[in-house]
Amino acid sequence: MENAEKKQLKKIACNVRKGIIEGTFNAKSGHPGGSLSIADVLTYLYFKEMNVDPKDPKNEKRDRFVLSKGHAAPALYATLAHKGFFPVEDLKTLRKSDSYLQGHPNMNYVPGVDMSTGSLGQGISAACGFALASKIENDSFRVYTVLGDGEIQEGQVWEAAMFAAAKKLDTLTVIVDNNNLQIDGSIEEVNSPYPIPEKFASFGFNVIEINGHCFDEIEAAFNQAKACKGKPTAIVMTTVKGKGVSFMENQVSWHGSAPNKEQYDIAMAELDNALKELEA
Amino acid sequence: MADIIKTATRDAYGKALVELGEKNDKVIVFDADLAAATKTGMFKKAFPDRFYDTGIAEGNMMGVAAGLATCGYTVFASSFAMFAAGRAFEQIRNTIGYPHINVKIGATHAGISVGEDGASHQCCEDIALMRTIPGMTIINPADDVEARLAVLAAAEMQGPVYMRFGRLAVPRVFDENYKFEIGKGTYLAKGSDVTIVATGLMVERAIAAVELLKAEGINASLINMATIKPIDKDILLDAAKTTGCIVTAEEHSVIGGLGSAVAEALAETYPVPVLRVGVEDTFGKSGPALELLEIFGLNAANIVEKAKKAIALKK
Repeated sequence: MENAEKKQLKKIACNVRKGIIEGTFNAKSGHPGGSLSIADVLTYLYFKEMNVDPKDPKNEKRDRFVLSKGHAAPALYATLAHKGFFPVEDLKTLRKSDSYLQGHPNMNYVPGVDMSTGSLGQGISAACGFALASKIENDSFRVYTVLGDGEIQEGQVWEAAMFAAAKKLDTLTVIVDNNNLQIDGSIEEVNSPYPIPEKFASFGFNVIEINGHCFDEIEAAFNQAKACKGKPTAIVMTTVKGKGVSFMENQVSWHGSAPNKEQYDIAMAELDNALKELEA
Repeated sequence: MADIIKTATRDAYGKALVELGEKNDKVIVFDADLAAATKTGMFKKAFPDRFYDTGIAEGNMMGVAAGLATCGYTVFASSFAMFAAGRAFEQIRNTIGYPHINVKIGATHAGISVGEDGASHQCCEDIALMRTIPGMTIINPADDVEARLAVLAAAEMQGPVYMRFGRLAVPRVFDENYKFEIGKGTYLAKGSDVTIVATGLMVERAIAAVELLKAEGINASLINMATIKPIDKDILLDAAKTTGCIVTAEEHSVIGGLGSAVAEALAETYPVPVLRVGVEDTFGKSGPALELLEIFGLNAANIVEKAKKAIALKK
């Protein structure tokens, strides 16, 4: 990837991270940790990979995205807002009783959201439904879904994985956000889903392992996914929960708690600094 | 006397799917390894390219159906009532109900008339479960004629529908002139002493109960209530006003089904005694279906007894 393009994506990801902090701070609740860990991949998807148009969010031929880990809604909303689906200013209304930005995404309220999610394990099934539609329509669009590494403890994920491989849904790319932390602790301590790549491979997936914060690796993975025919792809990406905000990184306590004013100021200052460095 | 035609509503479901498939190539059918039993196998045979088997994974099936339906398809997803409404309740609630997606759930083998398979497969809770989902339409047809019309009507409307079909062949109640409308109950008899509100295979048994009551000098109204949700409040109000008491009859738990829906509607508008015939708060068991219907009191005699009690409760 060209340096200028990479820098541009990094800037957008930084703004997406600011949106995550803005939303959860104003809501006084939400899930910043697992939102920050997927900010880079969402930025890549919406600004480089996917065929989507904020002016025509319901276009039948658009690529589809399902946030199976629906609690990372702040990341999805911030990405959609910066892409132009709705005003960035609205991110401050996250989780408010008069806002369309629900705690978990609702496809009927938010422009650009293709599927309502929130109950873990279910989004991947809906993504399989999209991929089936794509197959019926001669591979007319691609389908992407992001799952948490804790989420794959849900049995339904493996029902869906079996289905995707059995029906040869090669327009489907499943992305696992392997930040290694879930509410009750590390994923090994709670109930280990490791080894993740081997599990998807044994279900019949084309499996790619990457660093989920490296745009070169993200780009190579999606290109490889597109080139793969006859089977779905699983991108297992190693990530840092809380990535980009120093005191949130690798801290399970930031799974589902919001920053207070002091923490908000520090986080925003850190992200502004990162932006400045990118612009220098 | 002409022979009475007996058909299982699941057979009518399978045939209606084929009829729909012929008219509309956007109709897609899913099953979870029960195509031979749910009768979606008829559609599979006619349109193999538009039929998908998810295997024994009902939760995933509901999600896949939802995703596909948002791309402009009319999707039917089938399993036994126990595994559709029961196993996949939360998938239906969150991925079909909450986003109000156009998925039609064809649930067969509902109620204790499943027979010999016994309690693990006899779903008497499905109407109760589905009723709690906002925006869910629930249809429980009485015979093959109504089942066919219900499937065609469900395909015409936008939004999720739960259709409840039986395994047991049941006598035909309606003729070819019967008009079906989602959300409307219909009078099959008009009387002045009591109204029986019946659904599913209990409609035919309620018709027999009306005759038994007549022989004892009691004039009963009878309403066929195929749509449990949204419930037809207008016809219930009319029945309460004209007869002053109600007996409900359903092949479902007395908790949360038709009886509850009727009692709730009337308690808030025109309170009259409402007595319920249904499966009491108990599990089913193995046995021939017709025997089980007698054992669990899902018969005309029980409707007659409850009708007399309801009349006695009138002020």
